[in-house]
Amino acid sequence: MADKKLQFAIYWAASCGGCDVAILDVNEKILDIAAAADIRLWPVAMDFKYKDVEGWADGEIDVCLFNGAVRNSEQLHLARLLRRKCKVMVAFGACACFGGIPGLANLHDRKSIFEAVYGYTASTVNPEGTTPQPHLKVPEGELTLPVFFDDVYSLSQVIPVEYYVPGCPPTPDTIMTAVTAIVTGSLPPPGATVASDKSVCHDCKRKKSDKPTIKRFHRPFEIVPDPEQCLLEQGFTCMGSASRGGCGALCPAVNMPCRGCYGPMPGSLDPGADALAAMTSILAASDDATVAAETARLLDPLGTFYRFTLPVSVLGRAPKAS
Amino acid sequence: MSDRFEPVIAVLCCNWCTYAGADLAGTARMKYAPNVRLLRVMCSGRIDPAFVLRAFAEGADGVLIAGCHPGDCHYINGNLKTMRRFPQLKTMLAQFGIEPARVRLEWISASEGDVFVKVANEMTGQVRALGPLNWKVRAAVEPVSGLAEHHAG
Repeated sequence: MADKKLQFAIYWAASCGGCDVAILDVNEKILDIAAAADIRLWPVAMDFKYKDVEGWADGEIDVCLFNGAVRNSEQLHLARLLRRKCKVMVAFGACACFGGIPGLANLHDRKSIFEAVYGYTASTVNPEGTTPQPHLKVPEGELTLPVFFDDVYSLSQVIPVEYYVPGCPPTPDTIMTAVTAIVTGSLPPPGATVASDKSVCHDCKRKKSDKPTIKRFHRPFEIVPDPEQCLLEQGFTCMGSASRGGCGALCPAVNMPCRGCYGPMPGSLDPGADALAAMTSILAASDDATVAAETARLLDPLGTFYRFTLPVSVLGRAPKAS
Repeated sequence: MSDRFEPVIAVLCCNWCTYAGADLAGTARMKYAPNVRLLRVMCSGRIDPAFVLRAFAEGADGVLIAGCHPGDCHYINGNLKTMRRFPQLKTMLAQFGIEPARVRLEWISASEGDVFVKVANEMTGQVRALGPLNWKVRAAVEPVSGLAEHHAG
């Protein structure tokens, strides 16, 4: 009956590997997944060659869990290749869904990133100014490297995607919900996000007042949070109210403000605008000077409010220098 | 006609004060820069920061947010929410590379047609001095169809 098993592919692009580890975090249930499905491709865990993937028939694979953003020519090639080979494409994790942390590179471009990384960061030692070249002739032939793009793309900006499993990384519960839906054939309509349609606040057990106010913004290391009260009301930049739930509000439960890794709420116009409006409009201050002084304590609004979502935001990126 | 740059200024204004103030300027036949495009919402508190981002993304060179003076809000405190959002919005836009002088928050009452004229003219002048924002071109993302793949196995 081996040929009746579901055929899975798991691929990583511009990601940290955390999504792959998250799949292992389902613990013993990984055995159930292995019983229901053949994992045909999983670069982080198994040996394989891209030629093997190219040799598959189109549509031979049932489901691809694709994690990571797309920002170089190799990732683009694999995204397109896997799209052809797989019936169902799942954007797995915040980077594939929204661009994720690598998406913040959209504040720069390839040239300025290379100049920083190979030129002037504190830990760079590169007196000859060596930078990676896409082609190199050696006696044995020509070596090639993928080329970086100027922009970071979410997966659905590159290929059609059926489902979104958000999170940095997706929690084991979210993963099992998605995998169970796949295995039992009870998938939602294409385009769906496998998470809650309510905000993180809905799942958060902390005490919230009807009319919350913030007297002063704090960074997590500045004060010890009260374990009971809403973190936003205590002045932490908790993204919960502007972020999709489904994670079980794990971070606020351990005194860590939500960072918004499950992405914007359904129907959101812009993820960062939501968070900015939610956080600053409940300040207690009502005069220009105090408002300016208090909001100035909220450092790096762009990096905070678009931590995982810059490539899918309204402005999308900063202008390119060149 | 001169070749000078004519900026497009999106004015997001409230129904009760600023729109009425602009109306007063019109009925009093005061002249002001034709670069401003008024977009009326019921309250300046309704102005989602996403509206401002969208205006820039869709081609505005500047955005003016205008509402009732603090204390005069038709809905008691909607304009205070706008006031609290504005400094961070400005900081965030600067991080995106949009100059702070391209956005402005003003309180203009229904009787201040002259203030509306002054602000519209000033705003047009300060944005004209900055030049076109041209967001769609300057922050264009490379179309995926034009990107080359890397096939090495």
